[in-house]
Amino acid sequence: MKTFKQGIHPKYNKSRTEDRNIVEAVLPKKVIIPLHQHTGATCEPLVKVGDEVVEGQKIGDTSKFISAPVHTPISGKVTKIEKLPHPCGVNILSVVIEGDGEKRDVISDTPRLRSGQARDVDVSPEEIRKIVREAGIVGLGGAAFPTHVKLTPPKDKEIDTILINGCECEPFITADHRIMLERAEDLIQGAKLIAKATGAKNIVIGIENNKLNAIERLKTELRNKPVGNITITVLETKYPQGGEKMMIKAVLGREVPTRGLPLDVGVVVCNVGTAVAVTEAVRNSIPLIKRVVTVTGSGIKEPQNLMVRIGTTFQEIIDQCGGLNEVAAKVIMGGPMMGVSQHTLDIPIVKATSCILVLSRHEVADKKLYPCIKCSKCVDHCPMFLVPTRLAAYAENGKYSEFEEWGGLDCIECGCCTFVCPAAIPLVHWIKLAKLKLRQMK
Amino acid sequence: MNFIISPAPHIKEKYTVPMVMYIVIAALLPATIAGIVFFGLQALALIILCVAAAVGTEFVCNKIMKKEQTITDGSAALTGLLLALCLTPSMPPFAAFFGAVFAVAIGKQIFGGLGFNIFNPALIGRAFLAATFPVQMTNWVAPFVYRGVEAVSSATPLALMKFQHQSTPYSKLFFGGVSGSIGETSALLLLIPGILLALRGVINWRIPASYLGTTAILGGLFWVIKPAIYPDPVFHLLAGGLMLGAFFMATDLVTSPLTNKGMLIFGVGAGILVVIIRLFSGLPGGVMYSILFMNAFVPLINKYTRPRILGAKK
Repeated sequence: MKTFKQGIHPKYNKSRTEDRNIVEAVLPKKVIIPLHQHTGATCEPLVKVGDEVVEGQKIGDTSKFISAPVHTPISGKVTKIEKLPHPCGVNILSVVIEGDGEKRDVISDTPRLRSGQARDVDVSPEEIRKIVREAGIVGLGGAAFPTHVKLTPPKDKEIDTILINGCECEPFITADHRIMLERAEDLIQGAKLIAKATGAKNIVIGIENNKLNAIERLKTELRNKPVGNITITVLETKYPQGGEKMMIKAVLGREVPTRGLPLDVGVVVCNVGTAVAVTEAVRNSIPLIKRVVTVTGSGIKEPQNLMVRIGTTFQEIIDQCGGLNEVAAKVIMGGPMMGVSQHTLDIPIVKATSCILVLSRHEVADKKLYPCIKCSKCVDHCPMFLVPTRLAAYAENGKYSEFEEWGGLDCIECGCCTFVCPAAIPLVHWIKLAKLKLRQMK
Repeated sequence: MNFIISPAPHIKEKYTVPMVMYIVIAALLPATIAGIVFFGLQALALIILCVAAAVGTEFVCNKIMKKEQTITDGSAALTGLLLALCLTPSMPPFAAFFGAVFAVAIGKQIFGGLGFNIFNPALIGRAFLAATFPVQMTNWVAPFVYRGVEAVSSATPLALMKFQHQSTPYSKLFFGGVSGSIGETSALLLLIPGILLALRGVINWRIPASYLGTTAILGGLFWVIKPAIYPDPVFHLLAGGLMLGAFFMATDLVTSPLTNKGMLIFGVGAGILVVIIRLFSGLPGGVMYSILFMNAFVPLINKYTRPRILGAKK
């Protein structure tokens, strides 16, 4: 079984939702669309308060390359454009749209992205990139890196392999698992489009071995409609197997150079959900206005996998899952390892929201803080082979040049160090703070 | 509703610093009980005294420095227990008391408490006693002679080997029943819990493996050269405090290296020192100084055994 070195084995807790079909969420009456839902530049609003908008219409864009436009998932009227709470913890300029609760045709601003009708997928690489950009597609695994940027490698870098990431190594989340089971055909189609756009010859789908039915489903799909260059690699169930660098190492044996990108070793990694979104955009001309969200945890009455329109509030989605129960104590956007805890439910689902996780007080009970006893557990589990205890100490004491010298900027923020620390030191948090500080200083 | 806000990760392993300490204390119980069986109430009294003195010193130090009380984390108790286990059963109680006070106050608290000390506190306490009470420290007694009889002085297997080139049956070294420190007379009762600790990941196997391995190989080399004078590798492994040192002292988390490679260097270095001290110095046993000496190198070892970051140039 292929895997990477080190990492951790948290309890997976996926049984609540792994066998539940993706259900279309109720069309929201109101959506909040932040103009920043991705890595890169914030979009400028293309609409004014009072404007009528139609489902799928582009409402925010920018000329900056590393960015992605945003679209309205419902038809209605723009009622507010102001800074509002965003699930990443800060206030972001957002467009609020109030609809009438009726579904209309998806439209978009480019000729290919119009009308929601099935189209020929035999398009040029250039056109695929254009459609992906116009559709506002970003990595749906959680990092939300604009996909069209990944599909536009520099001229001197040759891409030979597309890795489709079906690891879903974060505990609790089952969105990608369900996508693989229910959208196998579109997933493979999307992978082929991504390969075409980048000129890659090979496609490898990597899946952890706790999703055997998904592996079987994709294998069947490939048997029925053979595609020469697609293979499936079964990976060990281990966190963070779905981290780009870990997955590339596990599947291909290649190491992404420190501070480098997958394209430096000829690889583009895309999440399974992203591949399906690419198919939707190219074939059905639908921009990224919906995504699959797993709503789960001991604090949710009826855990589900929902197809949610981006901009729907957490409150509305949680209400559709029976609401919170009495043990609910912590609401997290994303998984328990890298997710962000929320203080309010009046925040929107964004493109990066793979999961709404609600945990009980008992599950998140914090351990007592002790001084570091140099037990080396963080060193033994760091998948990047860093020395987290030392990095955290440098961060805590403001020794940023030492922090950088010891590879602090190579941290992928997976949280393994903090998960295993018997002294309950918030190692990864210190490291994130120092990284932020260094970015601000430069 | 007020939700809990805290940074990721939101789940953590249920493994804490006190758990580490109490697991190690539990792993020492077989050897502790054996020590009491071999050497009687005198040994029990010393153990209780050392643990109480260590915990008491921790309490007083925290009070003086106005720090949060840490006596329940188990680390001071562990230091006291380890110190008692490496003392002769005939140690005068007042001397043992000073040793425990010194171990915690100077060996640990003066550096800033748990996690900040450079040297193994228990061994610092023992080294202090070796310097201040050299005669009492080496007044070894034979086991099982406590029943109403005056304690009988008896040389340890290491001293017999060193000064009279006289060996001790391996079965006695392995199962217990020789003269020596309270906790070190049965290799078996240290080996089994030690291996369990390593399997459970509480201690890193690389330290005992490289420490014991180096001692056996280097000791064996000298034995091959001059078997009449030098002991064989099995004797090296079973006699003296090597098992106690290898599994319970060299592996002290705070004072051993952070990286796997560093741990191997640490163990090899300590192994070489044990053989050199045992064979060529004026002392019969060398475990204590070998570990303390290597403790001093840990910051340096950590600095030069940085793991290669994934993707860094080879």
